[in-house]
Formats: sequence, C-alpha cells, structure tokens
Amino acid sequence: MLQLIAFSTLNGVLYGMLLFMMASGLTLIFSMMGVLNFAHASFYMLGAYFGFEISRRVGFWPGLVLAPLMVGAIGALVERYGLRRLHRRGHVSELLFTFGLAFVVEELVQMVWGKLPVDYRVPPQLDFVAFRLFDTTYPAYRVFMLVIAVGMFAALLALLTRTRVGLIIQAALTHPDMVAMLGHDVPKIFMLVFGAGTALAGLAGVIAGPALVTQPDMASLLGPILFVVIVVGGLGSLTGAFVASLLIGLVQTFAVAMNFSFAEVLGPVAPPFLGDLWKVTIAELAPVVPYILLVLVLIFRPTGLMGRRES
Amino acid sequence: MRFAAASTALAFSLIAVPALAGDTIKIGYIDPLSGGGASIGEVGLKTYQYLADEINASGGLLGKKVEIVAFDNKTNPQESLIQAQKAADQGIRIITQGNGSSVAAALSDWVTKYNDRNPGKEIIYLNYAAVDPVLTNDKCSFWHFRWDANSDIKMAALTNFIEDRPNIKKIYLINQDYSFGQSVQKQARAMLKEKRPDIEIAGDELHPLLKITDFSPYIAKIKASGADTVITGNWGQDFALLLKAAADAGLQTDWYTYYAGGAGGPTAVKQTGLAHRVFQVTEGVPNSAPEASQKWEADFRAKEGVALFYPRAVNEMHMLAKAVNQAKSDDPKALAAQFEGMTAEGFDGGEITMRKDDHQLFQDMFISSLGPLDPGAKFDEEGTGWGWRKVGVVQANNTILPTTCKMERP
Repeated sequence: MLQLIAFSTLNGVLYGMLLFMMASGLTLIFSMMGVLNFAHASFYMLGAYFGFEISRRVGFWPGLVLAPLMVGAIGALVERYGLRRLHRRGHVSELLFTFGLAFVVEELVQMVWGKLPVDYRVPPQLDFVAFRLFDTTYPAYRVFMLVIAVGMFAALLALLTRTRVGLIIQAALTHPDMVAMLGHDVPKIFMLVFGAGTALAGLAGVIAGPALVTQPDMASLLGPILFVVIVVGGLGSLTGAFVASLLIGLVQTFAVAMNFSFAEVLGPVAPPFLGDLWKVTIAELAPVVPYILLVLVLIFRPTGLMGRRES
Repeated sequence: MRFAAASTALAFSLIAVPALAGDTIKIGYIDPLSGGGASIGEVGLKTYQYLADEINASGGLLGKKVEIVAFDNKTNPQESLIQAQKAADQGIRIITQGNGSSVAAALSDWVTKYNDRNPGKEIIYLNYAAVDPVLTNDKCSFWHFRWDANSDIKMAALTNFIEDRPNIKKIYLINQDYSFGQSVQKQARAMLKEKRPDIEIAGDELHPLLKITDFSPYIAKIKASGADTVITGNWGQDFALLLKAAADAGLQTDWYTYYAGGAGGPTAVKQTGLAHRVFQVTEGVPNSAPEASQKWEADFRAKEGVALFYPRAVNEMHMLAKAVNQAKSDDPKALAAQFEGMTAEGFDGGEITMRKDDHQLFQDMFISSLGPLDPGAKFDEEGTGWGWRKVGVVQANNTILPTTCKMERP
C-alpha cells in the first residue's frame, strides 16, 4: 500500500508538472490577451517533433535548447501576423483562428513526419535507473523531467515577480491601456508573452516526447485536459494553474489506483437510474474524473480555485 | 491561377480513379492509419499490399489485377461506416478489416443491412483479426468470415498452458475497456476458475482503448498487488507502452498475451529483460514454421522491413484466390458460397477449415515465448536479437468450440 501511494504520488506530481508547463503559458496568454489559445497543445507537439528531428541529427541536448526557441519563434510570428490582425474583429475570430490553427498544425505534422509514432529516444546519458524504492525502479529520465519542470516554474515565478519585465507584464495583464499610456509597446509585450508561452509548451514537448509517445494525435489527446487545468485553477492565475495541474495530475493517478466502486462502499443497492454506474470502479472512471471536476468547479466556483474574474 | 489549375487537375485525378473498376478486383482495407492504432494498421496494409503484389505477379485472379485500397478508420466504429460507404460508392465489393472488435461489430452489421438493401451489389467482409466471440455467435452474419481464432479459443489455449505451470499463483488481468477486452477478462476469469481454482486473481483492470500514453500508474498497481503473472489482450500501442512502463519500473512478472508480437511490442519486451517470460498465442511462429513459409517470411521481411504479424492474412488471401478461381467469379455471393466449409493448407502447416455454421476458421494454435534467439533460429523481432520460440501447440480439432450462431442465408 505504501509502495502504491509513493509511486502514485511520484507519477502524479510528474504528470501534474508536465501539465503545468503547458498550462502556465496558456493561462498567461489568456489573461493578457483574453484569448483561449486552442492551438496551445499543438505547440507542445511541435516541440516534441522539433526535439526529435534535432536529436536525430545533432543530439538531444542541442534539441532541448533549440526546439523551444524555434517553437517560440513560430508562436511569436503567429501572434504578429495572425492574431494581431484579427484582434480588431473581436475575440470570436481570434478563437476561431487558433481553433483552425490546431488542425493545420496536426495536418502539417502528418505530412512531414507521417502518421506513425516517431522513434524519439531518451538520451543515453539519462537512460539508467535513478533509484530503487520498495523494489520498484524509477528511471533517471523521469527525475530529469521533474527537475526541468520545477526549474521552469521557479524561473517563471522569479521573472514575473522579481524583474522589471515581469512588472510590466503583470501591469499589462490588468491595465493594458494604462501601460500603453506610460509609453510601453503593449503589442510587442503581447507578442513576447505569446512567444514565451508557446516556447514553454515547446519545452514541455521536447522533454515529454521520449517518455510518452511522439505522434500526430498527442496534441488532441492533451488539449482538453489543459483547458480543465486552467478553468479549475482560475482563468489567468498562474498559481491557480500550478495548483490545478498538480491536483489533476494526482487525482488522475490516484483514481487509477483505486479499485472500489460505489457499490462496495455504499452497499449493493443502487439508487434509481444509477444501476450500471454503481458497479463501475473508480479506476475505470479515472479518465473522466478531471472533467467531472471541471463541471463541479464551473457550477460551484465559476472563477476557479484562484481566479478573480468571471469569464 | 497556377494554384487553381493545380487544384482542378487534382480534382480531376481524384474523380478519374474509380472509373477503372472492372479489370481490377479491389479490396477495401478499412483499418487505422492514424491515431493510436496506426502502428499496426500500417503493418497490416503492408502485408495485404505484399500479398496482392504476389497474386498479381503470378497473373492475377481470372486475369484481373488485385488492388488494395486503403481507408483510414481511426479505430472508430462511426468513421469505419463512413469509410465503408465510401468503399461501396467506389464499387468495392470485398472489404477486409481487423483491428478493433467494436469496429468489426459495426461493420458486420452495416454490411448485412447494406446487402439487404442492395441486392446484386452485395459486399463481403473478410475479418482477419477482430476476435470478439460474439461476431461468430449471437451476432453472426452470412457476409462475415473470420480468419483469426476468436478470443475464447485463444484464452482456452493460454489457460491450458497455465494449468501445467504450478509456479503461477497470483494473476493480474489488465485489458482494454471495450467489447474485446471485456470478453478476455470474462473468459480468463471463467477458465481459470475451472482449470486452476487455486490461482488468486490479484487484480482486474480495464483501461481506455488506445488513449493512454503513460501506463506507470497501472504498473505501480500491478506491482503493489504482488501478482506473479499478468494476462492481457492489449494490442498495438496499448501493449508496447504497457511493457515500456513495466520496464521502467522493473516489474518482474510473467506475461500471457494475445498480441506481444505487434509493432513496438518485441522492442518493449526486450527492455523489460524478461527472457522467455512473455508468451503469446498465435496461429504461427516464424522460427518453427514449415520451410516454404520461412522462405516466404524471409522475402516478406526483406521487402517490407516488418515481421509477418498476420499469417492469417496470408491464409485469407490464399483462400480468397482459391474461392475466386473455383467460382470463376469475384461476386461476393459466389465467394461466400465457396468459403463455407472450405479447407486449405495453413501458412504454418496443418489443415485449416472455415466452419460453415458460423464462418469461423479453425487452425492449429501455437504458444511461443520471446527471448534470445535459439541456435539455428532464423528470425529475430524488430532488430532486438530476440525471437519467438515455440513452447506449445493446440491442434485445430482441439480448438473447436460450439457456436450459438443461427446463420440467416439469403
């Protein structure tokens, strides 16, 4: 039992941190521009494929640096030449733009790399057992993923709260007009934030690619969960996104570990209309649990756990 | 302007394709070519194209060329019906599918209805891998023929093997949450209870089909249960990733599987280091196949770069060729009549028979384990240096199970 709890916690935290790497960018972009970027998970996928391509030619480590930069550059271009033009026409066209972009990216990836998963491998330097606990091994690469994710969180937090750039970004989040009046180039800040946000998603892709599977549907598999994270955390709240990422990572992992059904806990007689649901174990419900959480949060706390505004 | 010209040309070329029907026999291959099932869908497509090339090289069927037309169904039943309709619209009257019993059930139902509504334009459905027993029992169809042993036959073979291995004491079941996975789960429980009542079922898991990219939480659970053996019907990515997670966690159990040989499977098994502790039940083992079949497989591997995961596809196409030649027609109705009760020489030896009552093929079944190549063995899998070793065989006549099918013949 202790073993199960220990490893479920490790796995859950890791999954949560991976979610956070993407949700952080998404929530920053949302709070600044008021746009839910439906293509965010696509940048994650691009990161994984760029990482694969670079690691195949030069090695994993250059890819770790270069791929997020490339993804960030593409993100900045998308903002500069796509979203900025649409900004005047209101949020709906921006939303539709990112929605379409997600499909375009998926098709492009399929055209370039094919529909099959690519062979993106863990670098040999990290291909060993990090530690052994209760006779179960934990791979070094997963520890590395965790370190990168935590490091990124610390860096982001420091950037936003301790630097001048961070101050301007925070101000632009809440009072964009005032920041513009003070002489700052707000569109440029938007572009940088969008670029940085997508670069973070790209970084998540580079490190998740070898551990999970690098394939064209990785974006559509992860996309919906991201929205759950930022809605549960509170739209536009970075700490909220952090808490919600960990929460969902842990909830989903622990749900898998739970074997009991309602029938075993509350007695075999099901309330009316719940016949089949009563016998389903929590483990089988695991994939749905985040969405149940989403619905509950929207009903009882529409601002999310840490959010301040309703939108 | 140039773009417009190019797209017009493209549109015309798309329209032009179906017009050629008549001097070719087209077979619609409806299987996943994208999404989680793509890796094995692609292997299947290569196999069928190779088989079609083989037939064409020896003059085709009735002087006609055989062409495989691929349709991507994304392992999704609704999408499959759209693709099947597309195939029908192109005049394709033979379809083949294998991956996903949920897809197979939908297709079988669709074909039956389509044929009722379109007399004279019937479609025949050749199933090479969807093994839910219901397809040749309660939901059997005259137009559906299955070349793979159904799930119950495979589980009977596996549990017979388990019966003689007293070191197995605690078994964990993990399967995909859909009709096939559930039938594996149900049969494993029932047959173990009958053959080895002393075995404890340490856990019984269903997980979403082809959606999970990290099985670590499931592996942690198997580990915690203390099971010494795992039984799984997982296929494709769901098997490869399950074993990859097991390798990461250093899980040391025996594995009894249906599809360990699928794309990515042997690579993941090698990572676990479990030499000859991962077993699979199949209709063929390359390293102990008859000499002619070994030669065939060597040529196939050399050309396509993958192992022959579907010896049953070879049986299917050889029997199709036989049916067309005997009926002197490629009309589905005539073919169905030929298939009923047809016997042939199996790719891995022995006589194979298509039972008339339910359109289930019966063939010798083998249990094999994966490990470092034995001396003299020819084939390793996915360049791992590990290959299959035959450890058990069940003769075709010992795999025959009764059927509840009440076949409605047109």
